[in-house]
Amino acid sequence: MLAMEYRGPKRVRAIQKPMPEIKHPQDAIVRVLRTCICGSDLHLYNGNVPDTRVGSTFGHEFIGEVVEVGSEVTKVKTGDRVIVPFNIACGECHFCRQGMFGNCHESNTEATAVGAIFGYSHTAGGFDGGQAEYARVPYANVGPTIIPADMDLDDAVLLTDVVPTGYQAAEMAGIQTGDTVVVFGAGPIGIMAARCAWLFGAGRVIIIDQEDYRLEFARNYSYCEAYNFREMNDPVVFIKKITDWMGADCVIDAVGAEAAGNTMQTVTGRKLLLQAGSATALHWAINSVKKGGVVSIVGVYGPTDNLIPIGNVLNKGLTIRANQASVKRLLPRLIDHVQNGIINPKGLITHRLPLEEVADGYRMFSAKLDNNIKTVLLPPTANQ
Amino acid sequence: MENKTIDPKQIKGWGIDADPKNDPTYPMRDRMNVGEDPDNKHRPTQQPTHQVEKLRSIERPNISAVYGTTVPPQGLSGMIRRLAFKYSENRYRHWLPLIVADRVSVVEGILDDLVHGHVPNIYAEKGYPVEWKHNRTAFIAKMATIGLVTAGVIAILSSGKSEKKSKKKDYLSRY
Ligand SMILES: NC(=O)c1ccc[n+]([C@@H]2O[C@H](COP(=O)([O-])OP(=O)(O)OC[C@H]3O[C@@H](n4cnc5c(N)ncnc54)[C@H](O)[C@@H]3O)[C@@H](O)[C@H]2O)c1
Ligand SMILES: [Zn+2]
Ligand SMILES: [Zn+2]
Repeated sequence: MLAMEYRGPKRVRAIQKPMPEIKHPQDAIVRVLRTCICGSDLHLYNGNVPDTRVGSTFGHEFIGEVVEVGSEVTKVKTGDRVIVPFNIACGECHFCRQGMFGNCHESNTEATAVGAIFGYSHTAGGFDGGQAEYARVPYANVGPTIIPADMDLDDAVLLTDVVPTGYQAAEMAGIQTGDTVVVFGAGPIGIMAARCAWLFGAGRVIIIDQEDYRLEFARNYSYCEAYNFREMNDPVVFIKKITDWMGADCVIDAVGAEAAGNTMQTVTGRKLLLQAGSATALHWAINSVKKGGVVSIVGVYGPTDNLIPIGNVLNKGLTIRANQASVKRLLPRLIDHVQNGIINPKGLITHRLPLEEVADGYRMFSAKLDNNIKTVLLPPTANQ
Repeated sequence: MENKTIDPKQIKGWGIDADPKNDPTYPMRDRMNVGEDPDNKHRPTQQPTHQVEKLRSIERPNISAVYGTTVPPQGLSGMIRRLAFKYSENRYRHWLPLIVADRVSVVEGILDDLVHGHVPNIYAEKGYPVEWKHNRTAFIAKMATIGLVTAGVIAILSSGKSEKKSKKKDYLSRY
């Protein structure tokens, strides 16, 4: 089968690989119908996630048609079309039973701090991902969710990660009616977080990025104010000024480890890997939220350390909430929102490429070329 | 490009999920102590172990019930990874060797390609064709800088070599 393959920092290709096999009685094999490239894939692509092995296939955002099931699979059958949450979760462990499907304890042998994620290095369990014609889906009784008959496949594929992550970013921010919410990052995740902030009753939503085309997109898609931090002397002072010198009630970090905007952070975090990524956006988030406010982190950082002003977290009495999105927990509510026209996921898709052009897709998303927001990859067998 | 003010209540779905009682919210909301959970030792069916060599975090006692089987450790990078896994996730001795192993495996990957008679098309793998298409000026500038820096480094290194040589000569000629 054709699959994406990692060859080293900023080097990927599409090649022929062996078909995936059932390895556990609760496994299923799916034929991939749609798969996306995500901001999280950029951390892998840049070679910044420890234990990213050459030869791995990435891709944690995919939907597919079930073509084979293991002997203990009862909830899906051959021919079903399913949304596959990006987290691999058993549904039975201490954490899954608290709804923490992003923190399952029975799917990742390599790291206890990280739940398992499809195609996301051995630090996230060593599973191949869905940027391929076929993929192995463990715990098929738990994660895979049938795509409603009338749902567009482009909407469905964004329910595997972008919609739940954006929604959970807003949820974890603990937004109260009328709150001012600042979102750092106008990628798919930040744009979705800004859109969802309104569902929790926000009174004002502000998004910050450095790409004008993305800010313009966010203004229209998320109905929010949008500002370019390249035009500010100091983003923190800017936010203080426009919030009556108090700071925002809630701030969301939807940037993570590839953040720009501070040379020292960029050099130590992204070039020398002395930190687990550049923590510029998180630094700004902590310093621009009001006292007693909430910082919600969905931007991803590596497993070592980061330079952040923890003293200010203490002195300002902040609450920090963060997690990988618990996709399965949120899916029923979010499928409703999509079907009721409240959220329009496919509106984020700007590019569609055949899987053969995966290298171009990564470069385009990474370098923010051709006004790219979200790319869908189509495997050759997707249209059978 | 201008910011317009909007009446939030006009936005479709505004406040639909607002819930003043939802605080603290996820992930603490349904928090359960291990002690309160009679099933905290429960485990799903175990995937047969030894399907591949699996490196295990020493912060857990067992192989997870399900595990990934892609790209088991091999070669020099594999040896480094095995060493890294002697230390917990709490230690740099775990993470730094893994990053080193990742870089070593890039070289192993190129050698492996060559052994299999495949010369990797690094220009295409890096997606440069699409930079050329959409970002030509910046791309040319970047390539020129890389070229200049490389040439500069080579020049400095080689001049250093000849300097050392000539010094040695001087040193010898004094005797
Ligand atoms: N927690 C989760 O479950 C989860 C799921 C998916 C993605 N993520 C993470 O969310 C983050 C965003 O993902 P994405 O797909 O939107 O990626 P993306 O790369 O498209 O977006 C990131 C944006 O941040 C902008 N940016 C860079 N530095 C900034 C700064 N200092 N301040 C403000 N903006 C800045 C970039 O210009 C870019 O537009 C990534 O870190 C990704 O790993 C987390
Ligand atoms: Zn993703
Ligand atoms: Zn679990």
